[in-house]
Amino acid sequence: MQAQTKIPRFARNDNRCYYHAMKFSDQFEARFSDMLTHYPTKRSVLVPTLLYAQDEVGYLSPDVIHEIAQRLDLTELEVSNVISYYSMLTTKPRGKFNVQVCTNIACMLRGGEELLDHCKTKLGIGHKGTTPDGTFSLEEVECIGACSWAPAAQVNYDFHENLTVEKMDKVLDEYRKN
Amino acid sequence: MADLVSHPDEVKVVSKRFGKSATNIDRYLELDGYKAVQKALGMQPDAIVNLVKDSGLRGRGGAGFNTGMKWSFVPKQSPKPKYILCNGDESEPGTCKDRLIFEHDPHSVIEGVVIAGIATGSHAGYIYIRGEYRYLLEIMQKAIKDAYARGFLGKNIFGSGYDFEVYWHGGAGAYEVGEESALMESLEGKRGIPRIRPPFPAVVGLWGGPTVINNAETLASVPHILLGGAEWFAKLGPPKNGGTRLFCLSGHLNRPGVYELPMGYNLKKMIYEVGGGISGGRKLKAVVPGGSSCPVLTADEIDVSMDFDSMMKAGTMLGSGGVVVVDETTCMVNFALRIMKFYQHESCGWCIPCREGTDWLKKTLTRFHHGGGVKKDIDNIQYLSENMLGRTFCPLGDAAAMPTISIVKKFRKEFEDHLEGKPCPFEKAGVTEPAAVLA
Repeated sequence: MQAQTKIPRFARNDNRCYYHAMKFSDQFEARFSDMLTHYPTKRSVLVPTLLYAQDEVGYLSPDVIHEIAQRLDLTELEVSNVISYYSMLTTKPRGKFNVQVCTNIACMLRGGEELLDHCKTKLGIGHKGTTPDGTFSLEEVECIGACSWAPAAQVNYDFHENLTVEKMDKVLDEYRKN
Repeated sequence: MADLVSHPDEVKVVSKRFGKSATNIDRYLELDGYKAVQKALGMQPDAIVNLVKDSGLRGRGGAGFNTGMKWSFVPKQSPKPKYILCNGDESEPGTCKDRLIFEHDPHSVIEGVVIAGIATGSHAGYIYIRGEYRYLLEIMQKAIKDAYARGFLGKNIFGSGYDFEVYWHGGAGAYEVGEESALMESLEGKRGIPRIRPPFPAVVGLWGGPTVINNAETLASVPHILLGGAEWFAKLGPPKNGGTRLFCLSGHLNRPGVYELPMGYNLKKMIYEVGGGISGGRKLKAVVPGGSSCPVLTADEIDVSMDFDSMMKAGTMLGSGGVVVVDETTCMVNFALRIMKFYQHESCGWCIPCREGTDWLKKTLTRFHHGGGVKKDIDNIQYLSENMLGRTFCPLGDAAAMPTISIVKKFRKEFEDHLEGKPCPFEKAGVTEPAAVLA
């Protein structure tokens, strides 16, 4: 993957007339080729592909959007249009570990909001913020399907459940060590 | 982690293989796996449809439509290919049951999809799993791979001459995508905006072809019905509400967890006996009976049978099985606010009543909860909600309106206690700044 220069999205459309071609990992490419055979239209692979691409690159950069649009015979606008709908997809760089704390009803009843506030204080960032060293991002999320084990959070794709403030601290420390 | 719990009143059908390593295909086969689909291959498609109809199986995603009847809407002949689509986008607040099915018994979902395919003459099925459930998607990917390797999927399944492909599909974060027509849009690679109905998916669905969309738990129930028979399944619950279902108990309970209970189980018994009663020895205030889209019940209204028809008679819904228990320390205005915040966030934005209604209600409820409310706001909240109900392009508007209306109606006094700049009676002192009162 090529290095990305920081170009504001809208300015990018006007200023750049070239893109870095993107090559993803072998695992991504194998999966992508396989997925294309699963549907009668190329476009159908878009949503899962965007998430897998984001997992590798860290965010959906203009180059990623351009690459995927090209491969699926879509305009970048159409791809951006789809990205803006899905809450897990981001066009901005994020921390290595995205801490997603649920505050919906089952978690709220068992201290989810307090857990979120604690994370905000401990990490020193707010909703959708990223720590200066790039280790953590924080997000207040809607129901993640862990209601019977509330309060719960996800860090990237890992579930952390039956949380207390103390347990959350231990979880964050474990990730920080890595 | 997502620990399993149990209770003697449980009747284990869909959760029969939980905790038994059934993700391993050999284990699944040992535990009667892939027997039902072979039985289905020897049956007439109409016979399978009637079997499922007679079993009384109704959609476990929340809408509760008779599954066999939905399958019967698929036309026999179709110029376009027919599809089965498993809705694994579980995102209804309070609901965490499909997660366990994907984690412990993914093959049962695959088997249900294939049986639905045989019954409707389809040759391909998609299992859509929400983006946040990545570890479950990976389990499903492996299960599908293993099933193909054994010749249970693909061309000539089980040597029967019938072809059936099953594909996984991962989402990327969107509640609205759980709505069946929005699910199809998402699978086709677009924004999850719902489609106009009619035509219904069973007639015009994925890429224009007839598509059966069923919840994961619904499909996981199908193999058990094939093996156990319609009569057995129907008798587990009240008439027309056959079977068992997974109930997700959460909130202020001593023993939250996912329990499989017969349809028609009493809600009060569920809360106090299965769920162990209210934590901290406090008093029950309200119950969300089937996910946040349902009208809430007060503590006086919980002596009710948990089946689709009884719940409708009681003015609410069985819904998704998400039973969220609220105790006396909870502010119902704040609870209504949090629910509206969710729907405002998840509204797809397509239609005015939902897009504007949820936003207006969220702003009103926020201002109201923080002490900036006036008397006419209370009636206005009800009025705005009633103007969304039945007037939106998809049921999300109804889902936002119904709990709100029920909370305003049943807990009006709590709203009145927030008037005249008074701080929330349930808030810890000094936590929130009261908002300016609008004259």
